[in-house]
Amino acid sequence: MRRVVITGLGVFSSCGTDVESFFSNLSRGQSGIRRIQQFDPSQLSVQIAAEVPNYQPAEYFPQKRLDILDRFAQFALLSARQAMQSSGLEVREEERPRFGAVIGSGMGGAQGLDEGYLNLYARQATRLHPFTIPKIMHNAPVSQICMEYSAQGPSFTTATACSSSGHAIGEAFRLIKFGLADIMLAGGTDAPITYGMMRSWESVRVLANGNGEPSRSCRPFSADREGMVIGEGAAALVLEELEHARRRRAPILAELCGFGMTADAGHITQPTVEGPARAIRAALEEAAVNADDVDYINAHGTGTRLNDPTETVIIKNVFGEAARRIPVSSTKSMHGHVMGATGAVELVATVLAVQRGVIPPTANYTTPDPECDLDYVPNQARDVPVRIALSNSFAFGGLNAVLLVRRWE
Amino acid sequence: MNVEDKVIEIITREQHLAPGVVKPDSTFAELGIDSLDGVNILFALEEEFKIDIPDSVAQNMKSVQQVVDSLTRVLEGKDVSDLLAMAKGGAETRPN
Repeated sequence: MRRVVITGLGVFSSCGTDVESFFSNLSRGQSGIRRIQQFDPSQLSVQIAAEVPNYQPAEYFPQKRLDILDRFAQFALLSARQAMQSSGLEVREEERPRFGAVIGSGMGGAQGLDEGYLNLYARQATRLHPFTIPKIMHNAPVSQICMEYSAQGPSFTTATACSSSGHAIGEAFRLIKFGLADIMLAGGTDAPITYGMMRSWESVRVLANGNGEPSRSCRPFSADREGMVIGEGAAALVLEELEHARRRRAPILAELCGFGMTADAGHITQPTVEGPARAIRAALEEAAVNADDVDYINAHGTGTRLNDPTETVIIKNVFGEAARRIPVSSTKSMHGHVMGATGAVELVATVLAVQRGVIPPTANYTTPDPECDLDYVPNQARDVPVRIALSNSFAFGGLNAVLLVRRWE
Repeated sequence: MNVEDKVIEIITREQHLAPGVVKPDSTFAELGIDSLDGVNILFALEEEFKIDIPDSVAQNMKSVQQVVDSLTRVLEGKDVSDLLAMAKGGAETRPN
């Protein structure tokens, strides 16, 4: 049986634009949520988001490339760059057809789309820029990444809202496991902080208002939680077939052992218990791991009134009594809900937790909620060995992706 | 600034080239301008001159000279049907 290991990481987020800063901030409970900077949010009811701070595209790309790269594609390329560099991979020409990429995005080229609509409807433009389509298409990030790294293997994009990058990583895992590729770059990206998106989200009434104190606004599992906070960013992981990694003496960070993927077939926004529970069980089963062996769960943990108690019930459903002793934390409390990138961002955090034996906390936890009565690692990171960890993504539309990683020894 | 100078300025800007690289006798192929770059340049020209360039005319704009010729005709309101005919293979040519 082919095994899949993780040999490179990259992250570009509100909590850090490189892996070390990212994990350092998470470990210190440091939130990246602030008042929106990239446009004037004064008209919005919700004026906060988890933005990449002070992002200057020209610092990372020549202008000619920027002409055709929407913000979400820029983030994807930057996270992929880090992952490839940290993996030390040099892909030989004959290996290129065995090297692919799957990069998810929930919202696609939101920035370019917004700009286009502004021109069309507000400025009455009768022509739009010819680069609009290649910039905003959902697959722009994965295509640009393939072009950048000469990845000629099986490659595509996934779009399953909050589970987009969970699905991307899971499917990339399968492609290697089942022999269709030896190396996969997998992850996700989203740059959804536009005026239109924020207005759309406001109406769903699940966003934390937190205008007074943005950094405290996302309080998953806490009785006084107010909702989720939209984030932007990207993350990418290099997945590699084990023998391929061993032959080149790659730095092996963790093993990816299981991927559970289910549909609730329930409600278009509300999760069921059974759908996500089945996804967790499927990941455990594929990895041949008992519920008792799980040392950490990185929760979906959006901080909404509905997700957090439902996720608590889901975890109890799968783990029974063991649920009470498994640390469960939501790093969304700090990096926000990065939409299509969040599964990948959270898997990076989970891999680091496993590799380093440090569990990032659920930040801003103030008051226990009787409906959320598990160990959520409140406010302080915890130094404890983590052999097996899960990362949950439970998307709008009832699409669940759960990934299981094991410490590499 | 005349049409030729403007065309050279726009191509230079859109392709991020150094000044002096684009010459009146340059072809798009020589300048490394592929078809996607080409439609970008056309967009910039349409915006600059506030005109619409039909696809059939656009197909034949593959050198600085051709761009200048087509633009000049459109701007002067001249009949561009012979350019259209050229696009169709030159079989039908309507008199001006």
